[in-house]
Amino acid sequence: MSSLIDLTLAESRDGLQKKAFSSHELTQAHIQNMENSRALNAVVLETPEQALKMAQLSDDKIAKGKAGPLEGIPIGVKDLFCTKGVRTTACSNILGEFTPTYESTVTSQLWQAGAVMLGKLNNDEFAMGSSNETSRFGPVINPWKSDGMDLVPGGSSGGSSAAVAAQIGVGATATDTGGSIRQPAAFTGCVGLKPTYGRCSRWGIVAFASSLDQAGPIARNVQDTAIMLQHMAGHDAKDTTSIDTPVPDYESALTGDIRGLRVGIPREYRVDGMPSEIEALWQQGIEWMKSAGAEIVDVSLPHTKYALPAYYIIAPAEASSNLARYDGLRYGARVEGNSLDEMYEATRAAGFGDEVKRRIMIGTYVLSAGYYDAYYVKALQVRRLIANDFHEAYKKCDVLLSPTTPSAAFPVGSNHDDPLTMYLNDVFTVTANLAGLPAISVPAGLDAKGLPLGLQLIGPAFEEQLLLRAAQAIETAAEFNAQPTTWWLNNE
Amino acid sequence: MSVDEATVRRIANLARIGLREDEVAGFSRELSQILGFVEQLDELDTSGVTPLTSAVETVIKRREDGVTDGGIREQILANAPLEDDGYFAVPKVVE
Repeated sequence: MSSLIDLTLAESRDGLQKKAFSSHELTQAHIQNMENSRALNAVVLETPEQALKMAQLSDDKIAKGKAGPLEGIPIGVKDLFCTKGVRTTACSNILGEFTPTYESTVTSQLWQAGAVMLGKLNNDEFAMGSSNETSRFGPVINPWKSDGMDLVPGGSSGGSSAAVAAQIGVGATATDTGGSIRQPAAFTGCVGLKPTYGRCSRWGIVAFASSLDQAGPIARNVQDTAIMLQHMAGHDAKDTTSIDTPVPDYESALTGDIRGLRVGIPREYRVDGMPSEIEALWQQGIEWMKSAGAEIVDVSLPHTKYALPAYYIIAPAEASSNLARYDGLRYGARVEGNSLDEMYEATRAAGFGDEVKRRIMIGTYVLSAGYYDAYYVKALQVRRLIANDFHEAYKKCDVLLSPTTPSAAFPVGSNHDDPLTMYLNDVFTVTANLAGLPAISVPAGLDAKGLPLGLQLIGPAFEEQLLLRAAQAIETAAEFNAQPTTWWLNNE
Repeated sequence: MSVDEATVRRIANLARIGLREDEVAGFSRELSQILGFVEQLDELDTSGVTPLTSAVETVIKRREDGVTDGGIREQILANAPLEDDGYFAVPKVVE
């Protein structure tokens, strides 16, 4: 008999509605798996009591016929989302034992829809990283293994991707500033969607780079992703950058029909040194789309190579401003000093990790007097050119298809010598953040070592429906049903 | 562009991040590497290009200029590392 944790979100929802099992049973099964999966370090704070309380309320609502659309479904929450009464740290020491007195808009919408919170998930400190190794709680281990080595689950949403791949949660919330939803999804055989900038409210999410940050789901398949997004999206008066446009029914957009869809292949994404397996997977994706009735179009995004350099000016600049709030005064950890300045310096020296310090200092430098125009304004101009590339491309095609990452998951500890090597992980994902466009990663195959690889689709603004429909065509063709062996389980 | 050690100290001071002497050389090397990488942008002629500050073209909604929140001093102080009589407490700034 298959276990309740094997069920997808849609299957869990349908089973709960038919009363095949209770939310208590479903939640209990996931709590058990969460406890048995501690070796992965995906969860930084387990909230089993709160989960069971929420499950009880869900069961009551289901009994009364008042179930919400996600009623009774247990999910995990990235530790970047503020959760009322539940410690939220962004996995940074500087937040200490910070316990919000409010709930982020995205998570409150999910609870409103009936979802159950299992706990807070690990991430790179302040979402700065591509391997989930910069967390104060230590690295997350990918459920997928090769050659007996521990691999990273991607980042920054590595706790979210590992938790979904290990079936700890039915789904998870995540955030994406340069690829932090899509790259971890690709590394773990999950689906991850970064919505259009402004589709989900950023209110109550710990800020990294405010003009790039977007919340989105990581889930087991495209349908589950559509269902999660439905209840995360929407306008919020508390976030002036959230867009007031209706949220369409994402699940019903999954018609399976992509006949006539024009799929653009950006020629600049064929980067030097791309592994042949990635190249082959991309070609396979093109064939799948063709077989499903799509038309393949060659397009050019000429400024692609400048996206990462522009990102590594803009994101640190915004981060240096956003992280100025961590002053040891109002919340979080504090290290005393003889003067106010000494207190700030000691608090921030002890509270931030090295990657965060690097980015704050880069940001401070590019915004400082004399350098602002040469670096920051220049990067914003390049950002315009990158956005314009997409506008031009979408005159010829409806969506763009590319690999999600330039490699499969790499071993823990392998990319530490040079921060730039780590940054290159985001080469295919970062353009969508700069242009504010929605993008999704779908598992499409395994490499020679048996590790999952993802394909990415990038759509025009607010075309998440189209993106999900096209992604499902890849999912259907790929028939990706590989699962990691459950080496990490501790069943004592 | 190389970021020398004096510059690292100056930036760290602006960012209010205390650095140990033995950290300065490492940051100097890494920040130089990163800035070297981003300087690829100099290859591009961007004269006349309007900087993009908002990814999605939109008009920010206006709202009533009214009080919507407040009266939550206890909540605001709930996470304070040091609190005194309803205020955030800081090291003495005036002798």
